[in-house]
Amino acid sequence: MALVGDNGAGKSTLIKSVVGIHPFDEGEVRFEGKPVSIHGPRDAARLGIEVVYQDLALADNLDVVANMFLGRERTRIGVMLDESSMEHAARETLDSLSVTSLRSVRQIVAGLSGGQRQAVAVAKAVMWNSKLVILDEPTAALGVAQTRQVLDLVRRLAERGLGVVIVSHNLHDIFECADRITVLRLGQRVAQFETATTNQEEVVHAITAGKLTHVPGMADAAAEA
Amino acid sequence: MTTEQHDAASEVEVGAGVSATELPGDDGERRARAQESVADYLRRRWEAIWGGELGSIPIVIGLIAIAIVFGLLDDTFFTPRNFTNLLLQMAAVATVAIGIVFVLLIGEIDLSVAFVSAVGGVLMTLLLRPEASNWPAWEAILVALAVTTTIGFLHAIVITKAGVPSFVVTLAGLLIWSGVVLIMTTQFSTSGTIRIQNDTVIGIANDFLTPFWGWAVGVVVVVGYGVSQIQTARSRRSGGLYAKPGVVIAAQTVGLAAVTFAAIWYANKDRGVPKVTVILLVFLVFWSFVAARTRFGRHVYAVGGNAEASRRAGISVDRVRIAVFMIGGFMAGVGGIILASRLRSVATNSGGSDLLLNVIAAAVIGGASLFGGIGRVVAALLGALVIASIDNGLNLLGLASGTKFVITGLVLLGAVLLDALAKRRRAARGAV
Repeated sequence: MALVGDNGAGKSTLIKSVVGIHPFDEGEVRFEGKPVSIHGPRDAARLGIEVVYQDLALADNLDVVANMFLGRERTRIGVMLDESSMEHAARETLDSLSVTSLRSVRQIVAGLSGGQRQAVAVAKAVMWNSKLVILDEPTAALGVAQTRQVLDLVRRLAERGLGVVIVSHNLHDIFECADRITVLRLGQRVAQFETATTNQEEVVHAITAGKLTHVPGMADAAAEA
Repeated sequence: MTTEQHDAASEVEVGAGVSATELPGDDGERRARAQESVADYLRRRWEAIWGGELGSIPIVIGLIAIAIVFGLLDDTFFTPRNFTNLLLQMAAVATVAIGIVFVLLIGEIDLSVAFVSAVGGVLMTLLLRPEASNWPAWEAILVALAVTTTIGFLHAIVITKAGVPSFVVTLAGLLIWSGVVLIMTTQFSTSGTIRIQNDTVIGIANDFLTPFWGWAVGVVVVVGYGVSQIQTARSRRSGGLYAKPGVVIAAQTVGLAAVTFAAIWYANKDRGVPKVTVILLVFLVFWSFVAARTRFGRHVYAVGGNAEASRRAGISVDRVRIAVFMIGGFMAGVGGIILASRLRSVATNSGGSDLLLNVIAAAVIGGASLFGGIGRVVAALLGALVIASIDNGLNLLGLASGTKFVITGLVLLGAVLLDALAKRRRAARGAV
């Protein structure tokens, strides 16, 4: 599913609220049909919700494995890092996503290209048996070929049965990889489309002039995968 | 647009080259992947170095250059007596610098370490005074270390909870603790100098191992290194992961053995291996282990690399910062005790002079980046060796302090420039 909207439409705010960084004023979050309460990224992760932030949140000085396990390192006897097991899992996750552009999972992230970094960030998100992956502007900083790679990656996630929410204002990208499109305007959902039965003009119209049901400022954000 | 095309091209190239060998396959293929040849290993290392991951290479070259220059200029530089002197001289700076490496790793600075170390040394000395409490040596040492660790904790609390930059907080600390040192030393003596009369404490930095124990320590170091390397390689290989080729491990172990045994042989021709060198090695190994092999160490590097990402990954950034400043305070205390022991006294000028500059310069020259997140604990040892060698050599040549400062400063400047250059190279390699 794609979440689109102009600048200031509330896309990022909605995402941050879903993972518990911002509190909701009203409304409820339902995940897998059940109402849930999320008070921080840890709660979200426990439910299987992972976010790939626009800035990717990678530590440049660490290698790929260390980044994928950041904050959730596997250890032996309590304190020692279990490097072999982590490297294995990292490699397997990347392989399962058909990420072949990484020469070594022991490369320092500072030495990776934008597309490779995005791949690492996405792999980091799906490694934890997550059910829903939210990608915030995954292609905003990428070149043509790298955008292509990331969009392919997004499709593969969906094919694995994961819920994928992609936040973007690049309609071209959205039409390439999303099944459904939700349009936000001034904090409200103004339209929903099936990608197969709509076109870019219709979506653009909704983004710029979507009908508001009530006064702006009240977001009845219902998050669903 | 041209840069994008360039990136795309290089990416495709890399992808094509790798997919043939690195696709997940059966066990045979995995094992083949794990058998990296010596040539592959050397090529990979070379590429990493060229890409700005310099590690300890510049400093080893620098040390060799320093040794050659002073060896040619002064006949007494290469004597067993001077070598053991050098080991004694570098111990305190290296010890305090270990703490500074941790502080630099999280991208902070601690300007107070020199005077905090003096607080430790003076406090221990006061507790040991026969006319006062006359404590047993170990209790006095532990109390001193507890106090310096607490000082690190207090600094960190202000830095993390009030959000004040560590530069300013520890600058205030520098003033405060220098004042405390003055108050403590002048309170208990009119001359401002207090002698240590406890043999155990004096022995820390003035006793030497017998030749037998010197060799025993050397064997433990070499065997320990070799075994840990082989174990790592074996566990990685059995997991089907890249491992250092056996030949490389053997070569590295033999190299370490050669350097270690040569040093022990040389020291034994004089008074032997100093006890304090062994103490330094124990701390070095312990803190290297903490930094490189534990979850806490990983978090230290992560906080230095990207604090915001660490926070989002659920790491308690403040707790890591506090722990690191406590390590800084603790190691400063150890260094202060070593220094007091070496001088057999503390005085009003303890912790002053160029101690702070030498300690920070040692960490940076050793390869700890001022930008945070990069550097190894061994940087403290290598950097302190450089600083002590320059100091020692220039003293032998009879040069004035002014000249010494200028030369040490130039070496530091060179190290910082190299750090900045290496950072740019790393960025260039991965830039988009």
